[in-house]
Order: sequence, then structure tokens, then C-alpha cells
Amino acid sequence: MEKILITGGRVIDPANQVDRQADILLADGQVAQIGPRLSASADRTFDATGKIVCPGLIDLHVHFREPGDEEEETIASGSAAAVAGGFTSVVCMPNTNPPIDEATGVEYIHRMGRQARKTFIYVMGALTKERSGQELAEIGLMHQAGAIGFTDDGSGVQNVAVMLRVMKYASMFDTVVAQHCQDNALVKNGVMNAGYNSTVLGLPGMDPLGEELMLWRDVQLVKKTGVRYHAQHISTAGAVEIIRQAKQDSLPVSCEVTPHHLLLTEDYVEDYDTCYKVNPPLRTAADVQALRDAVREGLVDALATDHAPHLQSEKELEFLAAPFGIAGIECALPLYIKALIEPGLTDWAGMLSMLTWRPAQVIGVDKGRIGPGDRADITVIDPGAEWVIDTDTFYSKSRNCPYHGWKVKGRVLATLVAGEIRYLSPEWTAEKQ
Amino acid sequence: MKKNAFQWTRKHLIGLRDLSREELEFILDTAEGFEEISTRSIKKAPPLRGKVVVNMFFEDSTRTRNSFTLAAGRLSADVIEFTKKSSAVNKGETLVDTARNLEAMGVDIVVIRHSAGGAPALLSRSINACVVNAGDGYHEHPTQALLDVYTIRQVRGRLDGLKIGIVGDIAHSRVARSNIYAMTKLGAEVTLIGPPTLMPPRVRDLPVRVSSRLDDVLEELDVINMLRIQFERMGGNPFPSVREYSHFFALTVERMKRAKPDITVMHPGPMNRGVEIESEVADGPNSVILKQVANGLAIRMAVLFLVNQAAMQTDVKS
Repeated sequence: MEKILITGGRVIDPANQVDRQADILLADGQVAQIGPRLSASADRTFDATGKIVCPGLIDLHVHFREPGDEEEETIASGSAAAVAGGFTSVVCMPNTNPPIDEATGVEYIHRMGRQARKTFIYVMGALTKERSGQELAEIGLMHQAGAIGFTDDGSGVQNVAVMLRVMKYASMFDTVVAQHCQDNALVKNGVMNAGYNSTVLGLPGMDPLGEELMLWRDVQLVKKTGVRYHAQHISTAGAVEIIRQAKQDSLPVSCEVTPHHLLLTEDYVEDYDTCYKVNPPLRTAADVQALRDAVREGLVDALATDHAPHLQSEKELEFLAAPFGIAGIECALPLYIKALIEPGLTDWAGMLSMLTWRPAQVIGVDKGRIGPGDRADITVIDPGAEWVIDTDTFYSKSRNCPYHGWKVKGRVLATLVAGEIRYLSPEWTAEKQ
Repeated sequence: MKKNAFQWTRKHLIGLRDLSREELEFILDTAEGFEEISTRSIKKAPPLRGKVVVNMFFEDSTRTRNSFTLAAGRLSADVIEFTKKSSAVNKGETLVDTARNLEAMGVDIVVIRHSAGGAPALLSRSINACVVNAGDGYHEHPTQALLDVYTIRQVRGRLDGLKIGIVGDIAHSRVARSNIYAMTKLGAEVTLIGPPTLMPPRVRDLPVRVSSRLDDVLEELDVINMLRIQFERMGGNPFPSVREYSHFFALTVERMKRAKPDITVMHPGPMNRGVEIESEVADGPNSVILKQVANGLAIRMAVLFLVNQAAMQTDVKS
């Protein structure tokens, strides 16, 4: 295996409270040495002066559509998109077709991930059989097969008795129960946030209460069961309040926030543009502000894309009929920068924490740090690079991305997984001969 | 008819929310000019001769579809009827593909009625033909609201300063939304009346007053528009029974005694007699319900005429 030396970069490793200029030598898939002006020999040397070198980014929430909807994305295409976005580990959601609700499905996803040989693929299993919210799925067997958490993502477990049983049962394993919080009885056939815009557009709305009630309910069940609980893609100011209280009460509750909920509001739906149809829906400016404030307060454990690719032909349907979802793992990093660093809500170390060791902690894996001996999952970022997002260049199979044409700052130059270069930006010609 | 330098430039009519007072008045004035055609022995004029209008109706309608068909015919257009019952969820050919196919046959104006809010807006982005919204989900029903304000102007002379009540299922009513925009832009004061379970989210952000007590506001109203209770669209049970709804919100002979003697009674049809309105009131001297239907024709002629004219002007420019 080749030795790689990355010199002169600003190494930010929040887990180890490192933020300094240093060289970093990778050998045998691990971080071999790290320090100023290493005099090591290497097969390839990259000059990262002026760049950021950090632990590989982790995305807790992606939909790679395999098995079942390979025309929208495959694990191979999604993985290529992930490394182009700087992500060395992603967590695939189980709402495929068929859903991942037993161990063979978990093994299948892992195998396809290994074959793709891009990003590291984790998978969450379904909480209930066929994600129907009725009977327990084989959580234990999936856990043994390597599923790092469980969720019925796409919808929440509606029945409180079922949810209590699921959480009690899962508490015997060292795992996390994640939830897409949404009370179907309240949200019904909604396609956007319930508010002024839904009224004017004549579209059925999704009441923010639907998210908040389920989250509040689940937090009560955490108190009862003690299981680790992760609130997926929270989107409302009320949800932030509930998370804040749970954390004050020292409950094992974590949460994630998406780029779109940090940047976009329901106003974008104005012209029935289905690119903005997403679940949970885009909310109000006050909700966006509450989520950003939650980041500043440290309440947000993970930034997660909820990368949800769809065919263009499907997104060209009537707003009511089009599927939910935004694809955008490839441009997530500059969006996080725009939402969080540019307005001064957090700094690089703070933002990278929510993309590295903190999400790793949510799913209980030993990743997201680059001390000597750690696995060499590394992302190199040019923080100053200005560019325009062009969905035509995406590795993803889908183009349902509202950020096409956005001017952004910050670009991934290289992504290394276990010491191997899995993505190298054509812009970066810093290799020393 | 006002003779000013106003120039109509919209080749689509999707909704009334974005229209200015001037534009609204221009449509009404144009419609006035077309009324005369319906009084001729040969009820035809040539402005759309050689043009093709397609009525794409994805939802049941008799009144609106017939009205558009007649209006297009009176302007000498060829009319294709395209009727397809469908839910919002598309299984076969997509809406956009269907429209592109029709366009390939040389359609100039697409009149669309669809159960999904936003379907006409989607079409207007996807094809070159003019798009006229004949009602989409509970978004807008612009020609209905235009004929409503046209009728009010005809009967009352103006809308400025009038107090207008709209009663019923506001949440699921495209008629109510288009009415609100048209009436308030023309200077009327609108009060929405109905149970809170039939009000949309953030209804108070609209330029209206909201009341859940018809009896409290009835006496001050100059015009009352009774919406149809659309059992098929509401879902759940937003009120306990028809009997209870009628008790609080129906326009009855009894209530009419407390209303202004010259109150104008409207209904967009089709009526549920005995539910939102009593027959004696619907057929009584204050009712303009059939006048609304008659005026629909002139309004739709005006709209078809104007969008076509705007399209031809943009074609010349480009």
C-alpha cells in the first residue's frame, strides 16, 4: 500500500482538539505520523498549504436507493457522489424496496459498498417489519450483521405502544434508535409546511406540531427505556426546544439537521417548484433561525444531508404527486459553510465536529479523529475556493437539487478512505513529483 | 368602457393573486364588450378563428367546461374536449407529456381543470401554448372569481367599500382564494365566515377579516357568497353533522330577515340546497346565482381573447 504524505495543511481534528499547521503521513491505511515538517519518505506527496486537512466527513443520513430504485441512485453512484462531497462514511437509510428489515439486506448493502470502493457504507435497519410500524423487525440479527442503528425513516413509528416495545427491545443491544418524527394523523397528505404559503398555494400543509408531538412522545419513552435515541432531520423551533430540554435532562438523545433546513424556507415553494418538496418540509424563517441558534448552542450533534435522489421525470409531476427529497451530498460542505461559518454561528472546528466525531458517536463507531494510529479517513478542503454549483457535474444519478447555480465558497480537494485516495479534485494539482 | 392606453400582456391566466386592479378591471371591461355578442341572432365573432382551444378537464365539471366551450365557440375557435378522470397521482402519461402531445397537434390555448393545486402553473412552464386555469385543487379558480366580481359590479355598480361575506369551507375552496384577491383589489372588504376547522392555516395573514359567527356579521354585509360544502374534498369530519352546520352557517329565510334588504346573494354552484342555502333564498329576489352563470360566458370570452392576443404579440416580438 502506498504511503501518502500531505504537507503544510491546517490540520483540524476537533476530537483531539488539534488545529495547527502540520504534515500528516499515511501508511497501511492508518495515520502513521503527524507533526510539523515530517522528514518521512512517501510514494506520493501533496502540498496542502493553505488547505484544511481534517478527519473524513461522516453523513448519518443518505438514500442510495439500492435495492429497488437503481434508476435514481445506486450504492456505486451514491458512493462516488459521497467522496466527491468529502464524505468517507455514510449511513444508508433502510427505506429501500424492499426495505432493509432483515440481516440479508444489511449484508447486501455492505457488500455493494465494498464493491463500490468509494466511501465507507454503514446501514440502519428498519425498526419494524416492512417499515409498517406494526411488528418488530429482527433488530438483534441485523445488529449482529453490522447495522449501526435502526429507523423506519420516511415515516415515524405511529403507534406509541409499538414504539415503546421497539425501544425497550433495542435497549438490550448497544445501538441507537432513530426516528423520522412525524405524526401522520396530523400531517396526513401534506406536501409542504402548513402556513401562509400552503394556504395561498392551496396545498395541504404539514403542521409542525406533527414533528414536535412525536419527538416529545419519544423523549418520554427514552426516559422509560434508557435507549440511545436520535432525532433525524429536525426542522422546527419547537423540536429544538424539546431537544434542548432532553439534553438538559442528560438523556441519551441526539439530533441531526440538514443543509436545506438551515438555508431554505417555505417561501421557496412559491412557484410549485418540486425541487423544494422535501420531508420534513421547508419551514419558516423563524425555524431556520432556531436551528442555526441550536448549532451555535451545541445542541446539534450531526449535520446530515438526507441525500434523496429522484428521477427528473418524477419531479416534473404536479407538486402534489411528485416525490419528496433533495439530492445534494456533493455540494453539502459549502452549504454548511454558508449556513454556519459565514454568518459566524460556529468556526471550522465547531462545524467539523458535527461532521466527524460527533456523528460517529451517535452511531457508536470509533471514527472521526486523526491521531496517530487512527484509520486514515481524511478530507482535504480548500476553504477559500469560490465556485458555482453545477448539477450537471454530479456523480449522483439524479439532479433534484435546488442549489444549481448557487455561488458558494469551500471545496473538497481530496477524500481518502483507509489511506487510499478515493476522490481527487481535478482542480487540485498539488502533487509533488 | 374605459379607453386608456392599458396593454394586456399575460399569455397565461393562472390566478388572480398577482393581478393588479388595473388588469382586473381591464378583463371586466373587455367582458362587457363581449356581452353584446350573446345578444346577436348569430352568436359568433371571429377573433379566435383558426385557433385551437383544448379543454383539459381532469376533474368533474359541467358548468365551467360548458362555459369555456361556448366561449371559445363564440370567438370562432376550434375546441377539443379532453376529459380524463384522475387522481392527483399520475400513473400513466404525465400531465406535461399529455399537454406537449396536444401542443404538437397545434393547440393554442389550454384550459385546464385539475385536482392538484399548481398543475396549471406547471403546464405554463412546460409548454408554449397559453394556459388558462379553470380551477386547480384548492389553489385558484380565477374565471369564477372574475365572473363573481363582474356580477357584483353589474348589480351594485362598484366593489369599492362593499362589505362581502364568504361563507363555508374556506380551507378547501379555490373559489374563496380567487374571490379574496379579486374583491379586495377592487376595494371591497371581505369577511370569511365558517368554523375554524374549515379555515386554512394562517388565514388571518390574508387581507380579510375572519369570523366563526355568521349571525354576528350578517347584518352588515352587502354581498354574501355561500360556498358549496364539498363533502368529497374535506376529509375527516370538520363539523359534526349537516344539521349542525346548517344551523350555524346556512343562509336561511330566517336569517335573510336580519340581513340588509338589498343584500346580494351569490353561490358558485353546484348548490347543496338545504345545506348551505335554502331553496327559497337561492331562488329568491336577492339571488344573482343564474346571472353569475350567464356572466361566466362573457368573462371566459374575454380571458380567451386576451391571452391569445398577448401570445400573438409576444410571437411577433420574438
